[in-house]
Amino acid sequence: MPLTVTRTPVEVERKEPGFGGRPPMDRRPTGGGGDGENWENRPPGRRGPRELLGRYRLGLFFALAGDMMFFVAIISAFFVRQTTGHIDARNQYILDWHPLSIPPILWLNTAVILLSSVTMEMARRQMFRENDVLEEWLGLGRPTMRRAVPWLVITSVLGSVFLGGQWIAWKQLQTEGIFFASNPASHFFYLITGAHGLHLLIGIFAMVGAFWALYAAKRLEIRQIAVDCSAWYWHTMGLFWIFLFGMLVYFQ
Amino acid sequence: MTLLAGAPSSWWMPANGAAHGAAFDHEMVLSLVIVGVLMIIAKAILVASALSPARERAAERPVNFFGLGTLIVLTVVFAWLLIRAERMRAQQRFTGADPTAMQVEVVGEQFVWYFRYPGPDATFGTTRPELVDAAAGNPLGLDRRDSRAADDRVTSELVLPVDREVDVRLRSLDVIHGFFIPGMRVKQNALPGSTLHIHFTPDLIGEYPIVCSQVCGLGHYRMQAQLRVVNEADFEHWLTGRAK
Amino acid sequence: MKDEAAFAPAAARRSGWSPFSRDHRDVAISYLLLSLVAVAVGTLLSVVMRLHLAWPDVKLPFWGVIKPEDYLALVTMHGTMMIFFVLTTAPQNGFGNLVLPAQVGAREMAFPAINLASFWTTFAAFTVLISAFFVRGGAPISGWTSYPPFSAIASTGPGQGLGMDLWLASIALFCIGSSMAAVNMLTTVVRRRCAGMTMGRMPLTVWAWFVSALSTLLAFSVLFAALVMLFCDRHCGTSFFVPASEIVNGQLLARRGDGSPLLWLHLFWFFGHPEVYIAILPGMGLASMLVMNFTRRRLPSYRGMIATTILIGLLGFMVWGHHMFVSGMNPYASTAFALTTMAIALPSSATVLAWLGTLARGGLRRNGGDIPAAMLFTLGFISFFVSGGLTGPVLAQPNLDAYLHNTFFVVAHFHLIMGMAAVFGLFAATHYWFPFFNGRLMNERLGRWHFWLTLVSAYLAFFPMHFAGMAGEPRHFSQLTGSLGTFAHLIPLHRWISAWAFVLAAAQMLFLTNVFHSLKQGSPAGSNPWAATTLEWLPPALGEIPAVHCSPDEYGVRHAGRDFKGQWEPPPEQE
Repeated sequence: MPLTVTRTPVEVERKEPGFGGRPPMDRRPTGGGGDGENWENRPPGRRGPRELLGRYRLGLFFALAGDMMFFVAIISAFFVRQTTGHIDARNQYILDWHPLSIPPILWLNTAVILLSSVTMEMARRQMFRENDVLEEWLGLGRPTMRRAVPWLVITSVLGSVFLGGQWIAWKQLQTEGIFFASNPASHFFYLITGAHGLHLLIGIFAMVGAFWALYAAKRLEIRQIAVDCSAWYWHTMGLFWIFLFGMLVYFQ
Repeated sequence: MTLLAGAPSSWWMPANGAAHGAAFDHEMVLSLVIVGVLMIIAKAILVASALSPARERAAERPVNFFGLGTLIVLTVVFAWLLIRAERMRAQQRFTGADPTAMQVEVVGEQFVWYFRYPGPDATFGTTRPELVDAAAGNPLGLDRRDSRAADDRVTSELVLPVDREVDVRLRSLDVIHGFFIPGMRVKQNALPGSTLHIHFTPDLIGEYPIVCSQVCGLGHYRMQAQLRVVNEADFEHWLTGRAK
Repeated sequence: MKDEAAFAPAAARRSGWSPFSRDHRDVAISYLLLSLVAVAVGTLLSVVMRLHLAWPDVKLPFWGVIKPEDYLALVTMHGTMMIFFVLTTAPQNGFGNLVLPAQVGAREMAFPAINLASFWTTFAAFTVLISAFFVRGGAPISGWTSYPPFSAIASTGPGQGLGMDLWLASIALFCIGSSMAAVNMLTTVVRRRCAGMTMGRMPLTVWAWFVSALSTLLAFSVLFAALVMLFCDRHCGTSFFVPASEIVNGQLLARRGDGSPLLWLHLFWFFGHPEVYIAILPGMGLASMLVMNFTRRRLPSYRGMIATTILIGLLGFMVWGHHMFVSGMNPYASTAFALTTMAIALPSSATVLAWLGTLARGGLRRNGGDIPAAMLFTLGFISFFVSGGLTGPVLAQPNLDAYLHNTFFVVAHFHLIMGMAAVFGLFAATHYWFPFFNGRLMNERLGRWHFWLTLVSAYLAFFPMHFAGMAGEPRHFSQLTGSLGTFAHLIPLHRWISAWAFVLAAAQMLFLTNVFHSLKQGSPAGSNPWAATTLEWLPPALGEIPAVHCSPDEYGVRHAGRDFKGQWEPPPEQE
């Protein structure tokens, strides 16, 4: 049994492209395996400039999947509560759901959060412009940061405007006398908007973290990851808001 | 005169006093025997494999007959048990009680069971939570202004006539309680804020303990009552006040 | 990544540990130590419980007679601590963090900092939970399932005020910690496998951790949502779970809106059922690998075992209603849940059949020696899994469950399968991976004594509980004597159970002694003491992680004068 392992790079002919543009399993150097994008079978740490980014994006994806289940639980409770009455002691079916008319400012808030997603995406893309990345690699300053920071600032401001708008919506409801515990529909309204707002606040903190990384992190990859993951988180919260808002407006 | 037919006096199910109980008991024993046999076979194989002597050559394939065939047999067995179980369940729960069934309301409260009979008008009177006052003799909050409440009788023991289906309205005033009569093979949680119905037919005269099967607080262990199944005449006597 | 140092398996055997280090091995040991403390506390609580149930008038020193609220607090905290801090933590986060990176050929987990953070969050959760004993009113008494309105209204019992809030906070923290750990584990499996390690070539333990982590991620979030809603009911006057009018202690408590406790049951059990599969799946994965390892044979179908692992994880999300057959749920729903519950018996049976089939040809004793302790515990795992699991099809039938629900029959069922099978998986894991972590072997003789004492006392303690359940004895009864004494005739049975439970608890001292003694005095193991194929036993002579070319089930093959082929070995020189 050989005590050493020799690794010879194998040239794979691409006459018959396999599934997904990769060579078929039997024509790969070591019979396939490894990371999904790693068909050349490099060890971890050597799989290319996107390896770390891919890992963090995947971690974020899983975390958001769990977060989605949190909202799914609340939403399913929301739907069940709307349609579930019960039989009271006098054999009468009681359903006490009174739909809440949402404050119109929520429409404005929705527009704001959509706009903030656009600006966030702009910020994210500034981090990956080829020429700027090349310059950073060569040590010629941080042009990506220069481009991304204004967009991030705008997004933070828009996010804060959204949160302010949600607060105003709550205040408007309270002046009408509808508080958290007022009726089942208000329970869910406050809980859903509150939970989402809290998540958005976390998103703003993530952006603050991205600012800090842009100034303090030494590696370009880390800076890219900070902005990229904040951006995807932000987009997801925007997407969640679309669904939650749609439900509150049309499905009560 | 009353037989202690239903008291659990052994390490097995107490004597059955309900009409559906015989089929239930049969099903229980059948299921236990089937899983018991499977358990013994599995354990035997485990022990045999542990005790088998050492071998030189070990490069053999695993035993093949523990494969698809056995799995199919198990699937069939489990499916058969399931179908039988569902038939029984459907009979009990998918349809409500017979319209001529006797009505009794069972109300659970920390830590006591109350039973209410609707009286000759066969209608339960209204209850209001704000009128609940056990100390004043109105533990269920009967609304005295309601004429239908006048003949309702609230007791702390459940007395039923034999061979008559009873439709139990189950309520709770505070937390989830579990209404469980082992001798009648009947269990249903009482949900506060809802009224649930179960029905059964006692067919053996005797006394059957009623216990609470869902933890409800300090007194959960002593939230017990007694079901007395009596003959028709005795039941009439008891209901109209000339109790035995 | 940061440092290009070659992976050196011997690094796994260095000594020393710091709870502040991000290294996966240190985090793993932190988790395992936390679980050890939790299991000790949980066992102590159960010993006191059993003492009281069997001998209700005994006075504890410093405490006096155990009152009903004390007993219920003991039950609640015992369940909470064991299920969350032992069975969800040790198999998955403890052993997973220790072994998974090596088994997939990674140098480290995907996010070491998050790993460390998840441990400290779990530690914080534990501290908060313990503190519930020491506050005014004491620990909560509503059981680990904390059904509202009992858990939503503070005046329903002692401990339901601050104690219940602390319980909520603790479990909420635990949800966060577990989710972080799950994200870490999932990303590691997907992204940090070495070259050649396809998903199909991952060891079954890794598959089990993977499916468990996926289940953790999805289930704990739902629990978190339910906890948030319960908190709102307790403190904000909402009525998610609480009906409009409640009469507690003679006081009318009115709320606006009529909630349903059934909503809590659905949400909780949607989490609660996958939770128990999270607890048992790693043990099942380990049993599969050890059966192969010690019989030196392949399992009938490696892909089939992967499929059953995935199926169990998936189906585990569809069966929650079987905890609710008598809850007032729609009766048609109980048909659906009975069907899925019976269905989940099938992948579990397939797994057991695979194990039994592989074991049935015998040959566990090598060279006339004894069966190693790790394998003994695996046999015990299979035994308890079968014993506990086979009462599942009985409980899955809604009509039968209408008698057995919340009786001691259920207590027997889950203690045999969670209390004993999952714990035997932990014992097997400790014995098996001790040389991986430490370079030393645990003492075989102590291991055998521990095994036999535990096996026998556990069966003698838990099996008779089936009879108590058949007699109709409900759970959570703080005493069987008293004015009505309906189940007082079961006291001799409970005395038997308690006596053997004390023996069972005491026998675990053998395990602790073995572990701590072998840390320094265990006989040195080679680099692959079990002649195993998985990557964690990589020979240290190999400089770096090579590419993987085969499945870990290459046992019983003729290769280079041995009967197995390690996953690190190069492909046959054919091309």
